[in-house]
Amino acid sequence: MSAVKTTPSKRGKLVNLRNFPGFTSTSWLVMFFLYIPLVYVVFYSFNSSRIGSIWKSFSIKWYGKVLENTDIQRALKNSLQVGFAATLLSTVLAVMAALGLLRMQRAGKAVAMALIGAPLIIAEIVLAVGTLGLFIAVGIPLGKVGLIVAHTAFCIPFALLPIRARLSQLDMAPFEAASDLGANERQILRRITLPLLSPAIVAGALLAFAISIDDFITSFFVAGPGSTTLPVYIFGMIRSTVTPEVNAISTLLLLFSGIVLLGSYLIQRKRR
Amino acid sequence: MSEKFLEIRNITKVFQTPEGGEVRALDDVTLDIVSGEFFILLGPSGCGKTTLLRSIAGLEYPDSGEIVLEGERIDDKPPYNRPVNTVFQSYALFPHMTVGENIAFGLEMENVEKAEVAKRVEEALEQVQLVGYAKRMPSQLSGGQQQRVALARALAKKPKVLLLDEPLSALDLKLRRGMQVELKRLQRETGITFVFVTHDQEEAMSMGDRIAVFSDGKIVQLDTPVEVYRRPVNAYVADFIGETNLIKGTVTSGGIALPGGNILPTEQLAADSIIPASGEVTVAIRPEDLVLATNGMIAGTVRDVIFTGDSVRVYVTVGDVEIIASLASYGTEIPAQGSQVTLNPENRAARTVAS
Amino acid sequence: MTAVTTPRKKPIQRARPGQSSPKLAYLPIIFLAFAIGVPLLIIVIYSFLEKPSQGTGVKWVFTTENYKALFVQEKLDGTTAFDTRYIKVLWTSFYYSLITTVVTLVFSIPAAMWIATREARKRTLLVALVTLPFWISILIRTYGIRQIIADEGPIGKFLGMFDISWSILYSPSATILGLIYVFLPFMILPIYASAERFDFRLAEAAYDLGAKRMTVVRRIILPSIRPGIISGVALVFIPALGSFLQSDMLGGGKTNMVANVIANNFGQARNWPFGSALAVLLIILTLVFVLIIQGIAQRRGDKVELV
Repeated sequence: MSAVKTTPSKRGKLVNLRNFPGFTSTSWLVMFFLYIPLVYVVFYSFNSSRIGSIWKSFSIKWYGKVLENTDIQRALKNSLQVGFAATLLSTVLAVMAALGLLRMQRAGKAVAMALIGAPLIIAEIVLAVGTLGLFIAVGIPLGKVGLIVAHTAFCIPFALLPIRARLSQLDMAPFEAASDLGANERQILRRITLPLLSPAIVAGALLAFAISIDDFITSFFVAGPGSTTLPVYIFGMIRSTVTPEVNAISTLLLLFSGIVLLGSYLIQRKRR
Repeated sequence: MSEKFLEIRNITKVFQTPEGGEVRALDDVTLDIVSGEFFILLGPSGCGKTTLLRSIAGLEYPDSGEIVLEGERIDDKPPYNRPVNTVFQSYALFPHMTVGENIAFGLEMENVEKAEVAKRVEEALEQVQLVGYAKRMPSQLSGGQQQRVALARALAKKPKVLLLDEPLSALDLKLRRGMQVELKRLQRETGITFVFVTHDQEEAMSMGDRIAVFSDGKIVQLDTPVEVYRRPVNAYVADFIGETNLIKGTVTSGGIALPGGNILPTEQLAADSIIPASGEVTVAIRPEDLVLATNGMIAGTVRDVIFTGDSVRVYVTVGDVEIIASLASYGTEIPAQGSQVTLNPENRAARTVAS
Repeated sequence: MTAVTTPRKKPIQRARPGQSSPKLAYLPIIFLAFAIGVPLLIIVIYSFLEKPSQGTGVKWVFTTENYKALFVQEKLDGTTAFDTRYIKVLWTSFYYSLITTVVTLVFSIPAAMWIATREARKRTLLVALVTLPFWISILIRTYGIRQIIADEGPIGKFLGMFDISWSILYSPSATILGLIYVFLPFMILPIYASAERFDFRLAEAAYDLGAKRMTVVRRIILPSIRPGIISGVALVFIPALGSFLQSDMLGGGKTNMVANVIANNFGQARNWPFGSALAVLLIILTLVFVLIIQGIAQRRGDKVELV
């Protein structure tokens, strides 16, 4: 009715200020890329054919073989034993370190941070062969005990990460209140600090456990005969034969990782 | 008939709440803004005024309706293609750029050549009285200074409309008052149409040429400050703007029956008051329009008296409601607590309002 | 009468309530000194020792031969020649890590920004999807990518339908592809952490001032997520430098990257001292790059803390 220059309504093509050209397709590509190999392995773990790349029919026989395999059972047992022990030790040491470092002087703190951070920065191969040298020089037999020591060492920084983060976020007020109400340092530690830190401690422990279970290089060098861990065994399987059992065991490990991740997510949600 | 400048027609915007419900932020809003005016969008938080402002800027797209600027539709254009600029509530200064670079940014987007950019940045800094601040970083500035940089940044582009989203809300009172005067001056000097969002009715009245009072996504009244104050269209506006006594009464012959057995004669009400034939009605009287009288029309008991320096506020219990009267402090006898007083409305300023 | 001056005492550090004694950290530090410090020390010491005539281990004789052997080779006829083998290995490791870092960076920035601009529920799901591979054993992931890029794998078969030959496994490209695949989440997550904290109102202000979308990305968003980018680069480049599995499982020849050569010398080749020298070199290189990256971060005032 009035003289208005109406450009044809582009309501369908309104510029979304939060979408950038090309970003959506790139992201889908990235997600696709990240998951295709995993989907493939899971898919082919159900392949009845012995030849990995040709699909014959659906079968779960490889899972049966994996579960029956005594070598795998032993390797799994070793991994779990080492894993639980290393998780326990590294988490306890990480909590002690996190609390002690708060008040440490510059020099000591620098040394501590260097030792703690070393596994994160220096390539694992270096520490692996160094640990091997250490055990042989000192006379520690290459077995589960040695593995636990080695795993604990590189798990500490991972357990420490969430704990330090949480510690830095804590408000001073509850501590001052506790002190005001008569609690001494030990009581504060037991009744205030540790409870407040517990979600972070759990997160750290889960992280340490995952790191220990998945470890390959150190375990490869430091585990002796009889204390082979699961990743080392799987590596051997991949090297020697190309049986579909590898697909089955990989899928099981994927499932396990997924469950652990879900568990840690749910624990974090509950504690919120 | 003046040329239409900024027309907002039948704008509706619906938001989805995380629980799955719907919120009508804007409900069929229509208004015309005149070129060169200082226009205020006023209302409490959540009333839609900011949504409308963002729709003009292009940061929100309305679900239906049109926005036309100087005869051309702009509601389907992205914000960078509209000759409209915004001063954000949080200032939104780019932290990694200097003050000068912040102001220059918009000009660089127009491909203005370097020499001209430098000149206009200087001009902008002069306009907001921040000469010499070009090399500073935003983190080094006070809140008031940051706000002026945000203003300079938008003004440098010489937009057709300047949108201001509660820019003064983070400033302390004295600074606010100072900036209000500054903004009025700037608007008059530049002649740019300002559309200003605020929830502060005092601010709205002191700065605006016209005010649109919002409630729940709709414009309830659109008028000059004087009209909005003196002739509020309903109880909401009367209560939101300034202070008002809202008294519920019943229509009787000759007037309105108020609580406490008082009757307010029809002749005391504003001439343009709408009085229904019968039933309940709400009367609005501002505290300053009430005076103490010896045989006044409204009788009650004084509950409290507060001396504020330039006025005396008397809280009178009338029936089951409380009425506040604001009396001039000079020459007024301050009534004692608990005493019986009578009040008279003045200036035929009492009026009926829709609830 | 002389005034007695009391010696100035150091002001007692009043601990705030809840701050435990520093002594708590002693046990972890001692443990780590043993489990981490001593192995590193041993590596350094061994690098200056001789290899025994038989078996593994070291002969306690001081020598600098190992370091010389990194650059120089003694031929059987007694002459010495410049040996580029190990320099090539170092260069290869550097080069592969660089490519991996660049490629993951180029793809991670859009992906991280895209996830950060999705709505809340979709975002949580996407972050979980990106985090999951992070928690899956690197061994399994390397195996997975190997199956995909194998000659008889799905890519090979797909291209085979068009008679295009595909044989990438057991080559440098395969190693690099494997590195990219494994390290992609390590780049996406820190960049996403930065992107998620980005105040979108700054982008709105830029749009309001006339900037188009890619300009906003380039001039407003990218500078803001710099800390995340630097973290990502550090978390990819440095571990990739010392990576072992990808080159071993995908590269074919066992001596492509530094970690493989070190492993070989502690394994089949039985030359612990030489392996140690190479390990020391890797440590030095790693520290150099860490310092470079920290320097870049601090130059613009960002703080990059690795632990």
